[in-house]
Amino acid sequence: MNVIKTDSLVKFYGKSRGIDGINLQVEEGDFFGFIGPNGAGKSTTVRTLLGLISPTSGSAEILGKDIIKNKTEILSEIGYMPSEAAFYPDMRVREVIKLSAALRKRDCAATAKHLCERLQLDTEKKIKELSLGNRKKVSIVCALQHTPRLCILDEPTSGLDPLMQREFYAILKELNESGTTVFLSSHILSEVQRYCKHAAVIRDGKILVCDSIENIGHTEAKRVSLRGITSPPALEGIKDLKQNGDTISFLYSGSPSMLLSELSKLTITDINITEPDLEEIFMHFYSKEERK
Amino acid sequence: MTVIKHELKAGKNSLIIWTAIIAFMLALCIFIYPQMGSQMSEISGMFANMGSFSAAFGMDKINFGEFSGFFAVECGNVLGLGGAFFAALLGISALSKEEKEHTAEFLLTHPISRTSVVFNKLCAAVLQLILLNLAVAGITALSVLIIGEKPDVYKLFLMFLSYFIMQLETCAVCFGASAFISANSAGIGLGAAALFYFLNIVANLTEKAEFLKYLTPFGYTDGADIIANGKIELKYLAFGLIFTVMGIAAAFYKYNKKDIA
Repeated sequence: MNVIKTDSLVKFYGKSRGIDGINLQVEEGDFFGFIGPNGAGKSTTVRTLLGLISPTSGSAEILGKDIIKNKTEILSEIGYMPSEAAFYPDMRVREVIKLSAALRKRDCAATAKHLCERLQLDTEKKIKELSLGNRKKVSIVCALQHTPRLCILDEPTSGLDPLMQREFYAILKELNESGTTVFLSSHILSEVQRYCKHAAVIRDGKILVCDSIENIGHTEAKRVSLRGITSPPALEGIKDLKQNGDTISFLYSGSPSMLLSELSKLTITDINITEPDLEEIFMHFYSKEERK
Repeated sequence: MTVIKHELKAGKNSLIIWTAIIAFMLALCIFIYPQMGSQMSEISGMFANMGSFSAAFGMDKINFGEFSGFFAVECGNVLGLGGAFFAALLGISALSKEEKEHTAEFLLTHPISRTSVVFNKLCAAVLQLILLNLAVAGITALSVLIIGEKPDVYKLFLMFLSYFIMQLETCAVCFGASAFISANSAGIGLGAAALFYFLNIVANLTEKAEFLKYLTPFGYTDGADIIANGKIELKYLAFGLIFTVMGIAAAFYKYNKKDIA
C-alpha cells in the first residue's frame, strides 16, 4: 500500500514556483529520503501534504485518503517535525508535550516520558530558555509520542549534537521496524544514505530521480584529492578535475583497484578519498538530466 | 476545548492586568465622586455649556452633578477606551500571533480543523471579555456601595451591556482582520479601537457627521445617551451586530483558505 501518493502536485506562490508536477509514491513501512538543496521545493511538498498550504493543481493521498477532504483524519495518523521547531515561548516543555497529546485527544504520557529520558530532555524548562537543539528534542517528542503510522520529518537533525542525532535515528529505526513509515526530508546526504531504503531527489520543484538508495548510489563517484603531484593520474572515469598548487582533486567513477594501482606509481604526500558531497551528487544528476 | 483552555492560559496575565487597570481606574473615579459631587452641581452647568467640547463627550445631555451622569462620562470613557483596546488586542492577535511566532505550524499539523481552531479561539476571546466585564462590574458595584450612592441600576446595567457588546464588535472586527495578517498586529488593533472612539467624538460634534455613529461601536455605547434616554440606540446597535457577524464570517472564510507560511 502507498502511504504517500502524489499526482502531478503543483504549487505556485503567485508567479514564483514552489513545486511543479511532483509525482511521488512512498510504500508503507518504507524509510524514505527526500533530498534537495535549499529552495528545491522540499518544504513546499511537505507543507502541501500536511494541508498547511493548498496545491495550485494536482492531488495527493496519504494512507489512501485525500489530503484536502480528509485532512483532520490524516493528521491524526501523522507525526510531523518541522524544520523550525517553534513553540509557545512561555510554556514549559511538559506543557507543550501535554498540549500536543491533548490536541490528538490521546494520553501519551508513558511514551512521552520514555522519549524525554532517551533524549535527555528537561521537561521543566520553559521553551524560551531552550537552545535550538533542545527545541528540536521537544519537536521529536511531539511528533513521535503518539506512535504515528507516518512520520514526516523536515530537516530533523539540524541543531542536534552527533550523540543525539544517533539516538534520534535509533528511535526512528525502532519505530520503522515496528511498522511506521518514515518520510525524511533532508539536504544531508549521509543521513539519507545511512538510514533510508528509498529516496527521491528534488530540484527546481521537480523530482529528478526516485529509486532505492542502492540504485541511486550505484553510479556514485568518489572525490579523490591527491597532494604532491601536478598532473592527474592516467585513469578513465575522471571528471570535474581541479588543480590548486600541488593538490589535484577529481571525481572518479571507475574501478577502485585501477585507482589504487595507478596511485601506487605516483609519489604523493597525502591522499583523501571521500564520498562526493551533496552538490557533486546533484551535479551528477544534473548532467544525467541534461543528457536526456 | 483544548484550544480554549490553552488560549485562556496564554492570555491569563494580559487579562488580569487589563482587568486590574480598568477596575482600578473605575474605582478611583467612583471614590473621588463624593468629594467632587458637591462642587460638581455648581460646575455642572459650566461643563454642559462648553459648546462642541461638551457635545463631543456627551456632557450636554446629562447632569454632571448626578452620580449617573458623572459615571456615564468619566467611567464611560475609562471602560469604553480600556475595554475597546483590550478587545481589539484580543481579536487582532488571536489568529495572527500563531503565524508571527511560527506556532501555527505546530497547531495546524494536529488533527484539528481550521474551522475548529477559529471557533475555539473566538470562544476563548469572548470568554475573556465576559470575565473582564464581570470583574469590572463587580468591583464597580462594590465601589458604588462603599460610597453609598444609589444610582439607577437598570441604566448602569444598560451601560455595561452596551460596552460589552461594543467590545464584542471591536474584537470580532479585529478577529476578522487577524485572519488576513501574519505580522505584528498590535498597532493595527489599537489603531482600530482609537479610530472607533474618535469617529464617535466627531459624530457628536456635528449633525453632518452623525452617520459615523453607524460605523463605530461607540455609536451605541455613548454613556451619556444611555443615561439620558434609558435605552441603547437600536439603529446603531443593529449595524454593530452586522459588523460583528461580518468580522467573524471573514475570519472563518479567510483562515480556512489561507496558506500558512
